[in-house]
Amino acid sequence: MDFEDTPEEAEIRAEIRAWLSENAGKFDEGRDRSRPLTGREVIERSKAWQKIKADAGYAAITWPKEYGGMGGTSMQNVIYGQEEAKFNMPGNLFLIGIGMAMPTLMVHGTPEQRERFIRPALYGEEVWCQLFSEPGAGSDLANVRTRAEKDGDEWVVNGQKIWTSGAHYSDWGILVARTDPTKPKHKGLSYFLVDMKAPGVEAKPITQISGAHHFNEVYFENLRIPDSMRVGAEGDGWQVALTTLMNERQAVGNMGSSVGIEEFIELARQTELADGPAIRNAAVREKIADWHIQSEGLKYIRFMSLTALSRGETPSPRASISKAVNAPRKQDLSAFAMELMDLGGIVRDRELSPFRGRFQEEWIAAPGIRIAGGTDEIMRNIIAERVLGLPGDVRVDKDTPFNEQPTGF
Amino acid sequence: MNFDFSDDQKLLKDQANKFLQDKCDLTVVRRILDGDELYEADVWKGIVEMGWTGTAIPEEYGGIGLGHLELCMIAEELGRSLAPVPFSSSVYLATEALLIAASEDQKQKYLPALAAGEMIGTLALNEGTQAATPRTIKASYSGGKISGTKLPVPDGDIANFAVVAVKTGSGSDEGAISLAVVDLTGEGVTRTPVTTLDPTRNLSNITFDNAPAELVGAEGSGWSTIRQVLDRAAVLTAFEQVGGADAALNTAKEYALGRYAFGRPIASFQAIKHKLADMYIKNELARSNSYYGAWALSTNAPDLPAAAAGARIAATDAFNFAAKENIQTHGGMGFTWEFDCHLFYRRAKLLSVSLGSALSWKDKLVSELEKRNAA
Repeated sequence: MDFEDTPEEAEIRAEIRAWLSENAGKFDEGRDRSRPLTGREVIERSKAWQKIKADAGYAAITWPKEYGGMGGTSMQNVIYGQEEAKFNMPGNLFLIGIGMAMPTLMVHGTPEQRERFIRPALYGEEVWCQLFSEPGAGSDLANVRTRAEKDGDEWVVNGQKIWTSGAHYSDWGILVARTDPTKPKHKGLSYFLVDMKAPGVEAKPITQISGAHHFNEVYFENLRIPDSMRVGAEGDGWQVALTTLMNERQAVGNMGSSVGIEEFIELARQTELADGPAIRNAAVREKIADWHIQSEGLKYIRFMSLTALSRGETPSPRASISKAVNAPRKQDLSAFAMELMDLGGIVRDRELSPFRGRFQEEWIAAPGIRIAGGTDEIMRNIIAERVLGLPGDVRVDKDTPFNEQPTGF
Repeated sequence: MNFDFSDDQKLLKDQANKFLQDKCDLTVVRRILDGDELYEADVWKGIVEMGWTGTAIPEEYGGIGLGHLELCMIAEELGRSLAPVPFSSSVYLATEALLIAASEDQKQKYLPALAAGEMIGTLALNEGTQAATPRTIKASYSGGKISGTKLPVPDGDIANFAVVAVKTGSGSDEGAISLAVVDLTGEGVTRTPVTTLDPTRNLSNITFDNAPAELVGAEGSGWSTIRQVLDRAAVLTAFEQVGGADAALNTAKEYALGRYAFGRPIASFQAIKHKLADMYIKNELARSNSYYGAWALSTNAPDLPAAAAGARIAATDAFNFAAKENIQTHGGMGFTWEFDCHLFYRRAKLLSVSLGSALSWKDKLVSELEKRNAA
């Protein structure tokens, strides 16, 4: 038992380090750091870095060489991620294209689609977004109502999507739409590639409870999609979407925490309660211990997964507990930090609040983290069904034609 | 990254699992629950024959000189089977205390006998219904004799000897505490089994009245040794708790799959599914924290106190939760003597209050984290 690289891993890490210190080091040379980047500049910077990575083969380490990847192992990918994280490099922009959409095309796409899309995605020339969720289709994703009707060799799309990250700057989107409402809900769906600049696509920003805009609603009004942009057979959209979603689980790792136990302990040291410094209070200490075993537990579960990857084995499904543990923990920790600050806890002001208001920002963002990418409840269903092997829920809508199902809001 | 047990260690775990399934299923545990025996002698004999009692004892003292990682694997299986044997007292507590603090003569005297199962040892700390601290320990030592009462002492009616925490100084600080080894079968020792909520393990009320004793380690160094012993035992016990928690989850799962209500297996109701998922979450957090504890124990890492506390807290939480929610999943049947659920419920609580409560370990963990933050 140890935490060391194998000799091969150490060699790869050294190569990657050398490449990064050369290329990441000089990437930001000459950048004006006196002001924050504009949104447009962030996108340009991301694209520029993506191209450098793609030229070197690091943009998609696990992809086969025929698609411009490195044909590397998951472990190499992890090592690259660990090393790149030591630099402040841009990244998330290509998560959907490279992590989800292109792997789906590799499985279900036509040769023409692969030829057209994979290389531009890899080189950061085209940004992708995901058009899956709808106001009436969240956890129950197969409940999508956006309609695609055949008209000659085109499809006419009408409907609404929601929670689309980056819709306003994306070039392409992956879409699940209903092509046959007379079939039961999983069977009447098809999967399309959407040109986000086409007429009939409109993105409107959603304001989150934090006041930030990360997501959009996307409206389709008589959007026309050529049939050549359909992925998989008509009616097979759910199967194709499952491929995307499986890749989503791999692409969306642990969302980084802006504040953790170290900051909390520091806060508890600095903050006086009626009976002395908060850090001496037994209730505060018990909370710290509980959060610690959760964050440490997840860290060592990652180490166990890495060990499996390092041996070329499939990691245990225990990693699936990560989100269900981490999201409520972030909410609990930040909420308790605010309690320590008494009435001052409600103040949202970088100048006035300890740690530049990061506890407050974490708290207002936390409800979203418990919902996005699988709610706490869905994560428990997944653990129960896929890890423990318990039966799926009774589905009253499984065999009924979609257009005969009752609808609520 | 090689954060896993070796193939040999896993093989040992499989062998332990097979032996215990074969010789120590829950009907055997029930025999101790319902009968007058203090422990299951046949199982103990088998354990000794396989050399488990000498796992972490160096070969020069008659052990098999493996190490603590191997011991962790055995502990997990003992925990899973709820084995009614004095293993933890003799191996995690008495043996470790002697390995840490005993003189060469004492090691020669006790360790080979412990390894060979000719002797069973224990550690006598508590004095009544409160935590053992330098302030609460009143048993006294002077001139080679000890007097006082220890209650409850794990496996105290089974053990041949005990390492006893005694007061040798006048103050109430740590320096006033020493350890002394006492022959429990000798003069001046009166032992009576205590009635407890887990009758599958023995706990004893021991009175010492000028019983002959010999100091283990320097006078005044007892508390420092106790701390080290408890850290080691915390990791090993955490593995027992992980094994027990896994068994409780598995029991709940099998029952939920087979029990039908409202026309379907109760395992298909989200209320049950989420409950079992929560058990799984806690069990896996306990396992991974315990793995880190095992690494820290086997390498004697400076981080062992924090690692042991983390393992202990997570594993205590997991086993307590799994044991009580296993009963809940069984409904009324889980509350009957006939079903085995209560065996887990009892053992989880025994392990939870052994070695100090979760509250004290949490406090200790945070003290370690404060040091880390200050550094």
